[in-house]
Amino acid sequence: MKLHEYQAKEIFSRYGILVPNSKVAYTDEEARDITNKMGGRAAVKAQVHAGGRGKAGGVKICQTPEEAYTFAKSILGKYLVTPQTDNQGVPVNSLLIEELAEIESEIYIAITIDRDARSTVMITSPAGGSDIEEVANATPEIIFSEPIEPVLGLMPFQTRRMTRQLGIEGSAARDIAKLMISLYQIYLDNDCSLLEINPLIITKDQKVVALDAKLDIEDDALFRHKDLQDLRDRSQEDQLEASASDQDIAYVNLDGDTGCLVNGAGLAMATLDVANAAGAAPANFLDVGGGATDEKVAEAVSIILSDPKVKRVLVNVFGGILRCDVAARGTVLAYKRNNCTLPLIVRMLGTNLEEGKEILRNSGLNVIFADTLTEAAKAISES
Amino acid sequence: MGILLDEHSRILVQGITGTEGSFHAKACKAYGTNVVAGVTPGKGGQVFDDDIPVFDSVEQAVKETAANVSLIFVPPPFAADAITESIDAEIPLIACITEGIPVHDMIKVRRHVDRSPVRLIGPNCPGMINPAAHCKVGIMPGAIHLPGRVGVVSRSGTLTYEAVGQLTSLGIGQSSCVGIGGDPIIGTSFAEVLQLYDEDPETDMVVFIGEIGGSMEQQAAEYIKNHMQKPVCALIVGASAPPGKRMGHAGAIITGHSATSESKTAALKDAGVTIIPSPADIGTTAQNILEQIN
Repeated sequence: MKLHEYQAKEIFSRYGILVPNSKVAYTDEEARDITNKMGGRAAVKAQVHAGGRGKAGGVKICQTPEEAYTFAKSILGKYLVTPQTDNQGVPVNSLLIEELAEIESEIYIAITIDRDARSTVMITSPAGGSDIEEVANATPEIIFSEPIEPVLGLMPFQTRRMTRQLGIEGSAARDIAKLMISLYQIYLDNDCSLLEINPLIITKDQKVVALDAKLDIEDDALFRHKDLQDLRDRSQEDQLEASASDQDIAYVNLDGDTGCLVNGAGLAMATLDVANAAGAAPANFLDVGGGATDEKVAEAVSIILSDPKVKRVLVNVFGGILRCDVAARGTVLAYKRNNCTLPLIVRMLGTNLEEGKEILRNSGLNVIFADTLTEAAKAISES
Repeated sequence: MGILLDEHSRILVQGITGTEGSFHAKACKAYGTNVVAGVTPGKGGQVFDDDIPVFDSVEQAVKETAANVSLIFVPPPFAADAITESIDAEIPLIACITEGIPVHDMIKVRRHVDRSPVRLIGPNCPGMINPAAHCKVGIMPGAIHLPGRVGVVSRSGTLTYEAVGQLTSLGIGQSSCVGIGGDPIIGTSFAEVLQLYDEDPETDMVVFIGEIGGSMEQQAAEYIKNHMQKPVCALIVGASAPPGKRMGHAGAIITGHSATSESKTAALKDAGVTIIPSPADIGTTAQNILEQIN
């Protein structure tokens, strides 16, 4: 689950990290009034769950309250398309109005998981304020990573090493070292999968300030963070993906026109690859899971059918815990509820296969059966 | 032979009184697996399915039944505790089926596993099976397996069944099948399972199914290139996945160049692995290799 910048900064503040004075605006008039109160000049930043918003025109340094008003009017309620969103973009419902800072230098700092080292890692770079992936490609020698031993936590000598690598001295070095320890505590306390500040700045008067803030909370750990669950902003999520996640269905919206229902993530990925190879790009990834009931399968199929780009549906089920008859009943239920006439290609194997086939045969739906993945691919390309 | 499991495997099921635990404990038993004990804190003294004693702790269960494999179905909030309890009781082989364990928990658990004389398979995995020994420690449908000489290793559940289904339908049996799990932090890597197969006299070749995310497939390719004696064929799924999207498995997400299927397939090809062209061709590719060996 992603947090907005203003939500992340509220958490940062609680841990003693300096952030610029700021306030959230939901209307153009609020944007003007807040900017006015800040002395007439402010950074106005679209609050969206997508990186690259600066380049996409989602951030503006406004020199007057009127400029803030005009910018807010032009962007609030609109969709912002960034290099990290799809063509539709994400809605801008709020703006963070922030006091301008006198920047002396900018730093990049992040904490995430290093799968290869099976540990948490802190990543720093003196190239703050830039696209960090571009920096990593062009000048990998100025990206530093510091693995954190889970039992010890981030040790002070490591923070000293990192400030040395960043070339920072004096009081700022001590403040950044202290900030690093706080960041790791935030990362741990909130079960984050990513914490990123780009840029962390040193101001002309040597204050260390988080100018930006990004926090992703690990979905699997949300059960122990009731307070964070309330911070979810559903408007920023793909609507079909959000309603699927409410039903505990793993669903990812894709660009193609073949709807896919599969049990198991690995088989679901394999099914997408088969569909693609058959020239029928998949409309979605969907893993209905093992313990699904008729109703859950029906809901999953309904999510697929509610996607207007879907022209055909492929059901691929390897019956184990999820029985074929359950998959069949749920699919028929969804087709009937939605009065759907789209071609339905079904490939089933395993537990209660014959029962499942019988249900589909007697359903009155036009079902194309396939016994193997090869046959399924053939049926897709012919439908 | 086969790997990890044999006729001497004595299985303990943690979470045996839960919905999933009880269903699968019965299915394992029906397959012929020697399920000797169950553990559910607070339910010690009960008897499960007529003859399986339930204990309050793993320690007690091991003492009374000499269990040497633990199969875990405990829900995510309690799974780290369950794994470490088995390590504490010195159970040498643990399979954790549980899906959705927080990564922060698994980072710590994995550190503990690394310094303990124990092998952890999973979490978020289907478990493992040795068809010849009638030993199934996991959630896979037992009936699709056939005793034989091909080793199967994969991250996922149903895709492993798909692979096994294709092999069995061609009359090709399996020495063992292992699903190592779809999470970012797991106990046993592809390379480690490949090494077990390479050392197993009952395995002639390996079917290896990887997926997008991380770089464990590249590490496996490195192992194959430098050490592996037996032929390997491999499939990497997830070519159609867009970057940055989690494809069901917590670990199946493209976060950099090495996480893509192209990069993984290239590394395996470079290591001399036969690439399986499509998920539909798993069985036939293995068949071709077996014909070449014999």
